[in-house]
This record gives sequence, C-alpha cells and structure tokens, in this order.
Amino acid sequence: MDAAASSQKAMVDHGDQPHVLAVDDNLIDRKLVEKLLKNSSCKVTTAENGLRALEYLGLGDDQKNTSNDSGLKVNLIITDYCMPGMTGYELLKKIKESSIMKEVPVVIMSSENIPTRINKCLEEGAQMFMLKPIKQSDVKELRCRLMKYSS
Amino acid sequence: MEVVQLQTRFVEYTASLFREGYLDAQFTQLQQLQDESNPDFVVEVVSLFFEDSERLLNDLTRALNQQSVDFKKVDANVHQLKGSSSSIGAQRIKNACITFRNFCDEQNIEASLRCLQQVKQEYSLVKNKLDTLFRLEQQIVAAGGSIPVME
Repeated sequence: MDAAASSQKAMVDHGDQPHVLAVDDNLIDRKLVEKLLKNSSCKVTTAENGLRALEYLGLGDDQKNTSNDSGLKVNLIITDYCMPGMTGYELLKKIKESSIMKEVPVVIMSSENIPTRINKCLEEGAQMFMLKPIKQSDVKELRCRLMKYSS
Repeated sequence: MEVVQLQTRFVEYTASLFREGYLDAQFTQLQQLQDESNPDFVVEVVSLFFEDSERLLNDLTRALNQQSVDFKKVDANVHQLKGSSSSIGAQRIKNACITFRNFCDEQNIEASLRCLQQVKQEYSLVKNKLDTLFRLEQQIVAAGGSIPVME
C-alpha cells in the first residue's frame, strides 16, 4: 500500500473518534484548534512545541523509538509552522523520518500564505496546509479529505 | 430591565462592534463554537487572550526601552500578539500589529514605540467593548433570558 493510501488508512482506523495531536506555541491558538477538533468528534492532545510533540509520539531523543504504544495511538498531527526552537517543518521532517510515525498524516498551519513555504511542506509529505485563523470549515475539510478513502 | 430589551441591546451592541471593525468574522466562529458542553467558551478564550496580551505588551514595553533593542525579540512578541488577536477576531489589534511588524523589520525604534502605543490603545478599546458585551450577556442570563445567536 503506498504512503498516501496508508496515511488515509491511518486516519480511518480509529472508529469515529480520531486522536489528533495539535502542536502550537500560542496558547489561544491551541485552545481554538482543540475546540474546533473536539466539535468534529476528535479526541485531542495538545503540545506547546516540537520537542514535547516528539516526546509524546515516542520519538524523543532519549526514547526507544521502536514501537507506537497503542494507548497513545495518534491518527493525525496538526502543527503550526512558526514555532521557536523547532519549526513545524522541522517537526514534519522528524515525523516522516521515523519508522513508527511516518504513516501518520501531518497538517501544517500558518498565519502566512507563502507559496514556497507551503510547497516545501507538501513536498516533505504534509497532507494539507491550513491558513490561520482556523475556522470550522477548515476542520470540516480536513475531516472530509483525510477520510476520503474510508471503506 | 426586560429580557427582550437586554437582548436587543446585546444584538445592537454586537453589530456595532463588527461595523466599527473592532471584531471580524473570526469572532463569530468563536461564538459558534460555544455550546452546552462549553457554555463559557468565548469568555474563557477571550480571558486567556487578555492575560496573554497584557504579558506581551509588558514584555514589548520592556524590550523597546532597552539601551540596545533586540528587534528579533520584539518582532517575535508582536507576531504572537498578531496571531492571537487574529484567532479571536480582534481585527483592529491585528492590523495595528501588522503595521508594527513593518517597523520592526526596519529596526525603527521611534516608529515602533508609536506602534506599541497604538496597539495598547486598540487593546484597551476592545477590552472595554468585550467586557461590556460579556456584562450584557450576564444580565440577560440573570434576567432568565438566553443569549441571541449571531449569524
């Protein structure tokens, strides 16, 4: 199964409540994206930066990186692009480089509409790019697109 | 005051905030996210925004009054404020931040200080307006009415 289809499958094999990891250094944005996702029947975990996100995913520097604990199974990662320390792009790269997490779809958010930035992320394997501020229609589209291949 | 009078006042006041550009469509998004499971969502998010903004404005004041101004730090703070004001629909603050960032790019201290004043003013104005709006909501609820849903 190719990467795109298996990413869809990763999103779909969750019953009705996909578990989303939302990463953003801005507190208000974290609260907003969490509520938007919960209103779309998602279970949500938030992280305030790339390092914490990697740790949560089991990809931290001092973690084993050998298994995806089913208790923490994450079906989608949505991350802000502009974050201090590790950017969303760098986080995306780390996820795509990992053997255990690379199938999980990653969505990038940014307040800036910069085509080179967007293309860079898509080329690195991001499923979707969303322009901030995020609205209900954006989350609906996300649910719809990433559920396209549901059986 | 009668519930209907209060509700009318609420609708008119909200409409004026949009008309005068204090709030934009993103604020409506927040209102639409409020539901029985989260009846105080708007007040919660806006309160977080107030706290976060005050912290950022204090940091900005300090940073711009240093002997040697660190414009990277100033820009990072303005970026945060621009992001959160955009996410809650505080349009005038967001626009003031956009202007501010241009002067940060130019490393223009005088202009940046003026922008900071402008942002503080816009913040103060919208805070007063929203506090008034929330008070109106409380009065409606206390009088036994329900808060009109804005489209």
